[in-house]
Amino acid sequence: MEIANAFALLTNFVIIPSITYGAQLSLSALGVTIVFGILRFANFSHGELMSFGAMVTILITSLFQTKGINIFPIPTALLALPIGIIATIAIALLADQLIFRFYRKNRSKPIIFTMASLGLMFFMAGLIRIIIGPNEYSFADGARFLISFRDFKAITGWDQGIAIKQTQLITLVVTLIVVINLLWFIYKTRWGKAMRAYSDNEDLALLSGINPERVVLLAWIIAGALACVAGTLYSLDKIYKPFIFTQITLPVFAATIIGGIGQPIGAVLGGFVVAFSEVAVTYSFKKFLTYLAPTNWEPQGLVQLISTDYKYAVSYIILIVVLLLRPTGIIPGKTT
Amino acid sequence: MTKHVGVVYFITSIALLAVGALQSWNIALSIFNLCIISAVMALGLNIQWGYAGLFNVGIMGFTALGALTAVVVSMPKVQRAWVVASNGLILSFLSFIAVVISIVLARRLLPLTSSLRLPVTIGLLIAGYLLIGNFFLPATKQIEAIDPVISGYLGGMGLPILLSWPIAGIVTAVAGWLIGKVSLGLRGDYFAIATLGISDIIIAIIKYEEWLSRGVRNVTGIPRPVPYEIDLLDLSWFVSLTHFLGVTDINNASSIFVKLCYGVLFFVVLAIILWLSERALKSPWGRMMRAIRDNRDAAEAMGKDVKARYLQVFILGCAICGIAGAMLATLEGQFTPTSYIPLRFTFLIWVMVILGGSGNNWGAVLGGVIIWFLWVEVEPVGNWFVSIITASLPKTSFITTHLIAGTSYTRYLLMGIILLSVMRFAPRGLIPER
Repeated sequence: MEIANAFALLTNFVIIPSITYGAQLSLSALGVTIVFGILRFANFSHGELMSFGAMVTILITSLFQTKGINIFPIPTALLALPIGIIATIAIALLADQLIFRFYRKNRSKPIIFTMASLGLMFFMAGLIRIIIGPNEYSFADGARFLISFRDFKAITGWDQGIAIKQTQLITLVVTLIVVINLLWFIYKTRWGKAMRAYSDNEDLALLSGINPERVVLLAWIIAGALACVAGTLYSLDKIYKPFIFTQITLPVFAATIIGGIGQPIGAVLGGFVVAFSEVAVTYSFKKFLTYLAPTNWEPQGLVQLISTDYKYAVSYIILIVVLLLRPTGIIPGKTT
Repeated sequence: MTKHVGVVYFITSIALLAVGALQSWNIALSIFNLCIISAVMALGLNIQWGYAGLFNVGIMGFTALGALTAVVVSMPKVQRAWVVASNGLILSFLSFIAVVISIVLARRLLPLTSSLRLPVTIGLLIAGYLLIGNFFLPATKQIEAIDPVISGYLGGMGLPILLSWPIAGIVTAVAGWLIGKVSLGLRGDYFAIATLGISDIIIAIIKYEEWLSRGVRNVTGIPRPVPYEIDLLDLSWFVSLTHFLGVTDINNASSIFVKLCYGVLFFVVLAIILWLSERALKSPWGRMMRAIRDNRDAAEAMGKDVKARYLQVFILGCAICGIAGAMLATLEGQFTPTSYIPLRFTFLIWVMVILGGSGNNWGAVLGGVIIWFLWVEVEPVGNWFVSIITASLPKTSFITTHLIAGTSYTRYLLMGIILLSVMRFAPRGLIPER
């Protein structure tokens, strides 16, 4: 009984939140890692790309809501998501044509690309805030909970419950579908192989007749689609606020680097590593240990490694430690 | 300076004068003061990026550290906090030193090949963390419990605020040394990401260690190096000066006078740093730095100690950004950790340096002035523009309110466009490097 309660507590407050957050980070890190693999620069504007995708989805969702179109009990946002994806891909391709192609032609250093992505970040941050404003938006409709805290307790009779939000399940299902399809595309199809070849050795890939512009085009299409899905899932599960996406760039970079830059599977792993450590390190294990420990052995303090204030800082610390100790990441990645 | 440079500076001063004439002299002067501070920050970054090619996107952290130094140096001491917490703080400091020494000793004693090295280090780190926390957390709790509304922190040293500017330089130089030691082994994008992460860690610490900085509750009323407006009104020489100049609005005059004082102080600092930077750039050291920037391997082959030079230039740049941070806290008279966001304090400085011309100090200063001017003035201009295009619409219509709410964000849009177009069409900036 005590063990069951401890398990429920941990699942509800650590495992489920970090799996959902990890899935969202994984999707974002996949986009960053693919752009890094093909175009060889750290795309600082990826957070704004996510924000843009989520914004378009929100606008379309509210249009659908006023028109009364919905797919209850599933959130209307999923219906609007494809339009958001198309818009995000369009803006990613536009940015590539207007900005990055020039430097690609000139064979500029990676640092110049990164700096151009800073410019793009500024531009998109402004554009998004002008279109939708700087405020919060909550646009999740449909059924709220798959199983609520109270229902779970009533069914099992435990002291602690597990609540599963519908958005959390959607996040997981969508992530699973996207990641499996993407990995299949990258590792099994002709164009995926071309992309990997290009990422491994540009010159050899050119010699074997791979069209570089086509590969770059594909990379942006994938990155844009992933950014929109990740941004929408994140804001569906939590809340949409333009500022959050400026902030999320670092955890995403952390996930990318931990996984090994340019490594799709690594990026997925990295996302979960970052999410689990962010949640676990700042979680107070007092209640959990109270359930497990014999009576009168309850821990005195909060049994918390770092105060919750430092939730974000945890991912930065992991980032720095990984950069210093093992800059190639879990799966050895590229170096510039 | 060439004729070209003179023209650009002339246009900039005309723009500032226009603000003075059209809006108010008060606004023009406050823009001017922040322009100077921005120019100092841009100089700091220019030393790192322009001289040596270091892609540092952690400027925000060093600026905030400088501002924190201003608080710690100048604010009055909170006596009661020291009384209740000094034992805890001293004990935690001693245990910190003990932990550092024991880790160094353990790593010295164990042979390099020993498999125990890493486990022992990690074990000592964890033990040390718990030991320090044991003394430190109760002490900080006690400090934060004292008058949380007005103090709740240790306070400062009560020294003159002007002293904090050089001290901020020293503090950030030490921080820069530590951070540089750790991260300068990384190249290019990796260094950028690392510095961005470190600056965010610095901000997180400043935000949440309330015993040190009051955190999100802000520190207000930082002492001033210049007189208060109210006090000026009681001074007979000031009153007679305004009579002599024929000024009618004496309140406005006193506020302009205070801003002028700040302006002079900042200008002196800028002039000193600019002069030193120019001297450094033209010296053999400056030529060596540019050689390292243009071809690191060749410079290394010529026997230059590239790593040490990188560290040196990184420390110098950070120190200058720290000084700018202290100046900023002095000007604002308050320290608000939440206002430190990368867009404003890191990436904006990058736009300044790229626009001005990386590698050229006069360019960095000019970039700082122009970009800050635009950053502030875009909003009124945008509002004016919106009021023209929406003149025919009713005041409360959805489009009007939406557009007015959006004007303050056109500055982001504009900065993006400036950065992208300068990089594309004039990659060497307004005043190219000679």
